[in-house]
Amino acid sequence: MRRLVSILFAEIQDVVGVKYDLDIAILLNNSIFISEETMKGLKTLTLFSTVALLVFSSATVFAQTYKVAVSQIVEHPALDATRQGLLDGLKAKGFEEGKNLEFTFQTAQGNPAIAVQIAKQFVGAKPDVLVGIATPTAQALVASTKTIPVIFTAVTDPLGAKLVKNLEKPEGNVTGLSDLAPVAQHVELMQVIVPGLTTIGVVYNPGEANAVSAIELLKSAAKEKNLKVIEATALKSADVQGAARIIASKVQVIYAPVDNTIASAIDALVGVCNQAKIPVVGGSTSFVKSGAVASLGFDYYQVGLQTADYVEAVLNGKAISEIPVSFAKGSDLFLNLKAAESLGITLSESMLQRATNLKK
Amino acid sequence: MSLFAFLGTLEIGLIYGLVALGVYLTFRILDFPDLTVDGSFPMGGAVAATAIIAGVNPWLATLLAIVSGSLCGLVTAFLAVRCGILHLLASILTMIAAFSVNIRIMGRPNIALLGEPTIFTPFEQSGFDQLHVHLAVVFLLVSLSAFFIIRLLSSDFGLGLRATGVNDRMVAAQGGNIGFFTYFGLALSNGFVGFAGALFAQSNSFADVTSGVGTIVVGLAAVILGQTLMSGTRIWVAVVAVIVGSILYRLAVAFALSSGMFGMQASDLNLITAALVAIALIAPKMKGKFRLKTAKG
Repeated sequence: MRRLVSILFAEIQDVVGVKYDLDIAILLNNSIFISEETMKGLKTLTLFSTVALLVFSSATVFAQTYKVAVSQIVEHPALDATRQGLLDGLKAKGFEEGKNLEFTFQTAQGNPAIAVQIAKQFVGAKPDVLVGIATPTAQALVASTKTIPVIFTAVTDPLGAKLVKNLEKPEGNVTGLSDLAPVAQHVELMQVIVPGLTTIGVVYNPGEANAVSAIELLKSAAKEKNLKVIEATALKSADVQGAARIIASKVQVIYAPVDNTIASAIDALVGVCNQAKIPVVGGSTSFVKSGAVASLGFDYYQVGLQTADYVEAVLNGKAISEIPVSFAKGSDLFLNLKAAESLGITLSESMLQRATNLKK
Repeated sequence: MSLFAFLGTLEIGLIYGLVALGVYLTFRILDFPDLTVDGSFPMGGAVAATAIIAGVNPWLATLLAIVSGSLCGLVTAFLAVRCGILHLLASILTMIAAFSVNIRIMGRPNIALLGEPTIFTPFEQSGFDQLHVHLAVVFLLVSLSAFFIIRLLSSDFGLGLRATGVNDRMVAAQGGNIGFFTYFGLALSNGFVGFAGALFAQSNSFADVTSGVGTIVVGLAAVILGQTLMSGTRIWVAVVAVIVGSILYRLAVAFALSSGMFGMQASDLNLITAALVAIALIAPKMKGKFRLKTAKG
């Protein structure tokens, strides 16, 4: 019933507009009945809805409910973990779904046009904070509103995506968290795991902004260490297996970057590499669960928890310009002992000690 | 649905109305199943965005986008007419090639236009609300495009174009050039789709190579939905119908997005959209059957 009333309330707001919005707020805040004078100014519809609201929903309106709307480009383990982390992080901070938090979530199922529609829908519902997970969804939200605060997360290159112009002092209504992976450290990790490494293979989606910036970093890091990089591209998750097959025999290790397409097909990638007896080193720690030998980075659940800090700051009324964009923290080393053993890789004692998570 | 969401849906529906016009030209008029649109839509966005970033006037950039879309259509027509490749396959080849070309054009998979001048900028500076401005400009441009198509198809030249799809042997017997009509029709169709891509990128401030995914599905759904609900043999009815169909399709998506209250989860979106469109298609038939039965009984 409560939910129905709050929906009704939102609809009425839309029909009557902002001015009425204020009227009702004043009326409710002062908890007075409608005076003769005010009534003259209000239309029949307004009268009806005001009465309806006073009767049904006084509790809903008085209790402060925070509205957070989350738009995600596609559903896959890493991004879902981000969302779950956000939800749990908010709960830990006292914003609990169903109590004082209205958490709306939509996924564009990989289609930017739907991401735009979701953005319009969300902005129209006037939430307190909008959260965009991954680049196109964040861009769609930012293009749709200049007033509602937008927090982006799991965006690798916020400057390139023009979400913000200044990382330190975001000037508009937008700030957030970048998930730029420590690619240079990944290269070092691969050198440790494969002694005498000369050639790195990488499979990625050239259509994904996140992945392309990671590959650029990979190439420059590899060049510094005189390593060769062989690329294979996969436009969709169904292509990942084939792409991996093509390069598997030419390389000593395959690097799985933070890439939504690769993340969706990580099992296929690992399967091919197991057949070719080469290890997979991942940019995202979630890959280790699927059989990658090692990965250094952050758990996307942690990214979600860190995103919750941003959402909390905005809900508590902090100005966007005072919340700088930051890069996701965490240097978790995940190792998969079983995978290493089956490939005949011995992991050094110091590595095992450093690891934050061991999968046996 | 809020007013803001409704107007936003109308805007996207109108932009994809241009795609529907393009699909109507190929599928219905030329009887040429053309999947090139999955490539020409993002290409329009890519060309417009790249040109705008390079400092080109947004209107000129949009024109370049239309031309790039037309070029895609010409490539498909060339493969089909000149090389004799089956039309469906010819368009698939262009479509997959366009993906790589689009990344070449942009230099990366995603270009942001936030803060860059677009065709909407001068009107936004007049002080009106951004959403209203976008909707008005898009409505005007789509109306002009529809008017252009109606005039074209009503002309003698348009008669030849329409006849090509119905009975190409008759056209050839009358001295018409089927190959030329195919080239022209595909270039025109994909020009509109490129135009839609350019408008989409400028209205939403980003061009992304993945935005082409499923364009043909949306275009076809719009054409069939519109023509089922607004049947008629007159050209202007058909043209208006496909644009209305596109808006209805987007409204179906919007309703699917608001269906969270019925216990549906976010990933059910595509299923709900498909169900809504199916209902819209079946409902008129059911009504007709019902009438028939009562008349008999």
